[in-house]
Amino acid sequence: MISLSVNGVAQSIDADPDTPLLYVLRDELGLHGAKFGCGLGQCGSCTVLVDDRPTFSCLLPIAALAGRKVRTIEGLGTPDRPGALAAAFDVEQAAQCGYCIAGMIMRAQALLERNNRPTEAELRTYLAPNLCRCGTHMRILRAVRRAAAAMGGGVQESSR
Amino acid sequence: MNGLTRRSLLAKGGLVVVFASSGAAWAQEPEEAANLPGDLDKYPFLDSWIRIDTTGRITVFTGKAELGQGLRTALIQIAADELEVSPASIDLIMADTGRTPDEGVTAGSHSMQNSGMAILNAAANVRALLTDAAAWRFASSIDQIELQDGTAYGPGGRRLGYGDLAAGFSLHVMAKPDVPRRSKGRRLIGESVPRVDIPAKVNGGSAYVQDIRAANMLHARVVRGPSDGTQLKPADIDAVAKMPGIEKVVREGRFMAVLAAKEWHAVKALRRLQAAGWERRDSSLPSADLCDVIRQSPVRDNPIFNYPGPSAPADARIVKARYSRPALMHGSIGPSCAVALWENGNLIVWTHSQGVSPLRKSLAELVRLPLEKVRCIHVEGSGCYGHNGADDVAADAALAARAVPGRPVRMQWMREQEHGWEPLGSAMVVELHGALGRDGRIVGWRHDVWSNAHNGRPVSAGGLLAGAELEPPFAPQKPQPIPMPEGGGDRNANPIYALPNASGTHHFVERAPLRVSALRSLGAHMNVFAIESFMDEMAHAANADPVDFRLIHLQDSRAREVVETAANRFGWKRRVKGRPGRGYGFGFARYKNLGAYCALAMEVTIEPDGGTVDVRRVVAAVDSGEAVSPDGIRNQIEGAIVQSLSWTQMEAVTFDTSHRTSFDWSAYPIMRFPSVPASIEVDVIDRPGEPFLGTGEAGQGPAAAALANAIADAIGHRLRDMPLTSERIKAALRS
Repeated sequence: MISLSVNGVAQSIDADPDTPLLYVLRDELGLHGAKFGCGLGQCGSCTVLVDDRPTFSCLLPIAALAGRKVRTIEGLGTPDRPGALAAAFDVEQAAQCGYCIAGMIMRAQALLERNNRPTEAELRTYLAPNLCRCGTHMRILRAVRRAAAAMGGGVQESSR
Repeated sequence: MNGLTRRSLLAKGGLVVVFASSGAAWAQEPEEAANLPGDLDKYPFLDSWIRIDTTGRITVFTGKAELGQGLRTALIQIAADELEVSPASIDLIMADTGRTPDEGVTAGSHSMQNSGMAILNAAANVRALLTDAAAWRFASSIDQIELQDGTAYGPGGRRLGYGDLAAGFSLHVMAKPDVPRRSKGRRLIGESVPRVDIPAKVNGGSAYVQDIRAANMLHARVVRGPSDGTQLKPADIDAVAKMPGIEKVVREGRFMAVLAAKEWHAVKALRRLQAAGWERRDSSLPSADLCDVIRQSPVRDNPIFNYPGPSAPADARIVKARYSRPALMHGSIGPSCAVALWENGNLIVWTHSQGVSPLRKSLAELVRLPLEKVRCIHVEGSGCYGHNGADDVAADAALAARAVPGRPVRMQWMREQEHGWEPLGSAMVVELHGALGRDGRIVGWRHDVWSNAHNGRPVSAGGLLAGAELEPPFAPQKPQPIPMPEGGGDRNANPIYALPNASGTHHFVERAPLRVSALRSLGAHMNVFAIESFMDEMAHAANADPVDFRLIHLQDSRAREVVETAANRFGWKRRVKGRPGRGYGFGFARYKNLGAYCALAMEVTIEPDGGTVDVRRVVAAVDSGEAVSPDGIRNQIEGAIVQSLSWTQMEAVTFDTSHRTSFDWSAYPIMRFPSVPASIEVDVIDRPGEPFLGTGEAGQGPAAAALANAIADAIGHRLRDMPLTSERIKAALRS
């Protein structure tokens, strides 16, 4: 059994130690927000926070997680009580298929927790590890700007 | 519901599954009827589309699927508007062969035209029946009846709910043509109603087929070589079967799958089998450039259009150009997935296929079950943008599930399997030949397009990857061109401009080195790229402004308005020309010459040393007929622009003679945030009362062309071969 802290709750997991965190979240804990996209750390759809840093959960074996805090999109809110980013994504209608969105929100959450006044260029660079194939980028950027404002900050213009 | 049994399959999420043991439960067979709008013509009975229960709850049925394009919300809006209820009082059932009308494939930007128009007119019929019933119950005339929020109001304060009214008549009646739409002010149609699927998607709710976790479910991986045309070398399968957690290794012919209770165990077993190495099974892939191969292959010629006119005069200026596009990938972010259950001789498959009905038929043939024993239920997956691995993985799941009756099997492809096996968008070549009169007008036009097929969707077991792996194998489907007016490789090859002395030929290339099928907009991306690049080349030869040059050849008034709107909003006439490293481009098309009109203007800057293109600004105008959800249309067009910029600027499927080498996102890069435009603005031109026109594919061609034209404007050199990479820009600048 391996012990994990997920969204503030201690969990005991019966899984091989080399099992990537993503499979434990989705298959053992019923947390489906993080998605399997590539298993290679190339697309970001599996992004969760580990000790407040955005992490590819598809690559990280649970053996490496003892004593570390995992946060997933389910820990940020619910449709009835959405977090700032989820609410902003809804207002901006920032989804098409939506498969990448949980990962986008978790990466943006990590950014805004550390710096809620990024420049536009910093925002785009920070989100670069996460892929969206529907081309929802413009709306995702608008949503993160909106959430930054809601969290007391704001995204600053920058020349590209 | 006759012959139905209920069982709860899904442990989480509260999805109740109804199994139709007798096949299509009550989506009755098509009958002859008067000419009715959209797919109402195929399914004229109202209860195929709309049912009202005794509590007044309304259920609407569509054979089309939500693919992330916002269709669920748009169809609810249409029905709620016409039935005068709130969107929340409608349940929409989508694409389920046991419950919904067979509307074929959710593709070609047809959903609003076919299903939207059907539901609109079915709802108008139902509203008329509710009004008649209320008038009868209140002994009044129909003009005295007011419908509002699910209640009919009559004279003297009398009122009855829809449930009470609907209990008194049958909706199993044929739709009447020409039932007028609700005439009083518009309420929901034309409003940007928030999408009903977005709250779950932005809060990590279970929204996708990949998220299904049923009691007693097994996880499965299919075992294949690295790409289309390859196979794995023999491995020690007995050793793999004994690996921890492996419940079963399914083998039938060359088909193989590993099944485990824990997903990671199935992945590890797959990796061990892959370690045995692989070999090419099919003939070698060409070592020459794929576009050259397509251009030089044996063809079947089909005329596309032929507009008479006097021959070009001897002094006409001749312009010729050849354009090309490499093979492109759908590149879904989530690899394809399906869940299948084989139980009591019945097969249910939960699938993100775009075509549940043709898939059902193909699966029935594959597993040798009568059609009525197979049911396919659409559940959203990652966006597909055409025919990706969705159907193939459903077949893989079905074969795996047959080996473990009673246990749901969740089959998901790995990343390299999606990249390696998904059918691609064909490489294409277009050659254009134009003649320009002394008055600066086009006096001759010739369009030749070479392409593989753009439709390899399964209609039989031979259209599924697994079909070729069984013993004996099913015969592969023969590639066929899609006839005009929609067309495949020739889609949008027919220019919308009023041109005399113009003709075009589709040179259909049957033999495809790489597996191909439908990719969003099919040939339109390439044909519009070529035509709209060529219009700029002709305008340049005529010394005319590119937008003015388009307008003098454009008669369709809606086309003109879209072009003028995009140009005006962009400030096209005020643009400052000739600034180094800065360029402006324009592109326009009406999708298929039948769907939405889309024009866009683009500003780019190009960094001279690296050749890197920055798209500074895009302004688009779109006419999708009556705009049900303006924001839904904007979302689709914004997405089409970004996706098309990615295709056009940076994408090309690579391969060597033995296999595809585009096996992941490092080998097949797509656009990331730092490269997306600084701004995109979309202006929706609403046409109340006009038929809905599909929007989903309207932006791909115009965006590609506007980029090419902006680059040419910026650097003074024309790039005609996609992708328009920084390397090619640098090379052009050096030449």
